[in-house]
Amino acid sequence: MENRPLEYDYTVAKMFMLTTIALGIVGMLIGVILAFELAFPGINTILGSGLAEFTNFSRLRPLHTDSVIFGFTVSGIFATWYYVGQRVLKVSMAESSLLMFLGKLQFWLYVITVAAVVVSLLAGETTSKEYAEFEWPIDIAIVVVWVLFGVNMFGLIGLRREKSLYISVWYYIATFLGIAMLYLFNNMEVPTWLATSAAGETHIGDWFHSVSMYAGTNDALVQWWYGHNAVAFGFTVPIVAMIYYFLPKESGQAIYSYKLSLLSFWGLMFVYLWAGGHHLLYSTVPDWVQTMGSIFSVVLILPSWGSAINMLLTMKGEWQQVAASPLIKFMVLGSTFYMFSTLEGPIQAIKSVNAIAHFTDWIVGHVHDGVLGWVGFMIMAALYHMAPRVFKREIYSKSLMASQFWIQTLGVVLYFTSMWIAGITQGMMWRAHDEFGNLAYSFIDTVTVLHPYYAIRGVGGLLYLTGFLMFAYNIYKTMTAGKRLDSEPANASPMGA
Amino acid sequence: MFSVEFQAYGYFAVTVFMTVALYAYIYHLYKNRKDADGHDYEEYSNMALHDGIEDTPVNSLPKDDKK
Repeated sequence: MENRPLEYDYTVAKMFMLTTIALGIVGMLIGVILAFELAFPGINTILGSGLAEFTNFSRLRPLHTDSVIFGFTVSGIFATWYYVGQRVLKVSMAESSLLMFLGKLQFWLYVITVAAVVVSLLAGETTSKEYAEFEWPIDIAIVVVWVLFGVNMFGLIGLRREKSLYISVWYYIATFLGIAMLYLFNNMEVPTWLATSAAGETHIGDWFHSVSMYAGTNDALVQWWYGHNAVAFGFTVPIVAMIYYFLPKESGQAIYSYKLSLLSFWGLMFVYLWAGGHHLLYSTVPDWVQTMGSIFSVVLILPSWGSAINMLLTMKGEWQQVAASPLIKFMVLGSTFYMFSTLEGPIQAIKSVNAIAHFTDWIVGHVHDGVLGWVGFMIMAALYHMAPRVFKREIYSKSLMASQFWIQTLGVVLYFTSMWIAGITQGMMWRAHDEFGNLAYSFIDTVTVLHPYYAIRGVGGLLYLTGFLMFAYNIYKTMTAGKRLDSEPANASPMGA
Repeated sequence: MFSVEFQAYGYFAVTVFMTVALYAYIYHLYKNRKDADGHDYEEYSNMALHDGIEDTPVNSLPKDDKK
């Protein structure tokens, strides 16, 4: 055995950093194409009617949502876990060849699964459940990837030197358990070849095709229990895990109140699981489920704001850092967008507001101020913080990062403001009627009115994508041309001009 | 019918119980300030700030013979 000092091993973290960036570009690019397809429908057939099958909105939409959720975000979760996990547990991946092997196996299986998802969704093979479109063989592969993630997480915890688990680790564990439970129950499905005649043109009887085990209202209930908690355990819990580590570490400030972080954790766990019913207001599910969904959504403000305020107060007396560092800016604005989004969601879940908001673009705006402003900003900030430690080089360009921040912030603002106006206009127009109850507008009237807002949304998305490409370039240059560092920076990440 | 009513009462009771448990936990955290190991909760922030592999753990495992 060499007598080299023990170091953290970021091999697996680096691999997932790569997929975070690559799949982020894919997901956001498709998103921008979709936004312009809605504004200018001719783009649906831009490659000719022969290829329209592959370029139309409905074929591309699941690719956008799934590559952002399961590609960009999940890769970001894996990448940060393989970085943060080692550090707060004070154990190196290099200490266990088994964990290292399983980590790499998880990565390669993940890449194969992503390829299968892309091919099958482009080919139009889908179970038709939102955010759960994958056919059963892919579902099984995803479960295996997730189990490997769990084995690694608990393996690393088993080897730790630090007895107590840092708050981020609690959130990562909750992510693992939450997604495991949600994914298994919502994807209970019956392969159709067990029940139908041979496959025809529709592919209904194909070996890989399946239908949900639940039917009708039950299916809707399970679907939105899953759908909303995918937001909880994919877009909230692991991102909170990240900010609890990266903001204190980058700023050198202890968490404002560690106790508040603990009780926010349990509050979030207790409340979030019951809020999904708000997706089904005014539908055929029992009324008490709808009321419960509304009430728990409003209560959810407390634990969400508990974490977000805790992060903002961590910067107490240190606000000059926000002005000085674009990296801190990303995290502080991310935390602010988290507060904003977790106030907006409960407002939309109130029944009387939902009567206007349901099915409109306001909901789309809500999702995007959360995902672009909170999830996207936080994952990019995490990768920026990791880059100098992982590649042992200075971040390539501070000014590029600052420009990226402002371009993307403008993009997010254009996105959600246009969707607010579009959504509320839509909701009001759909409901408007004369004294006899005849509807005042036909559907196409709303489409005509919304056109400029759809165009603005496309521009907002394009700005965000531009910023993301700047991020990718900055990380690439950091890797290849950043100034080499002699020692690991303790707090503020070093940046070139 | 009976079972549906039972579910509703059960649901209400569980909600009340968990709310009380959560508030009791908050009270416990702020009153005791320290956990069972005698560490002030606020010390645990140092797990992120001093996270080098050679840094001293906030709360070492009793048999730390790995180094």
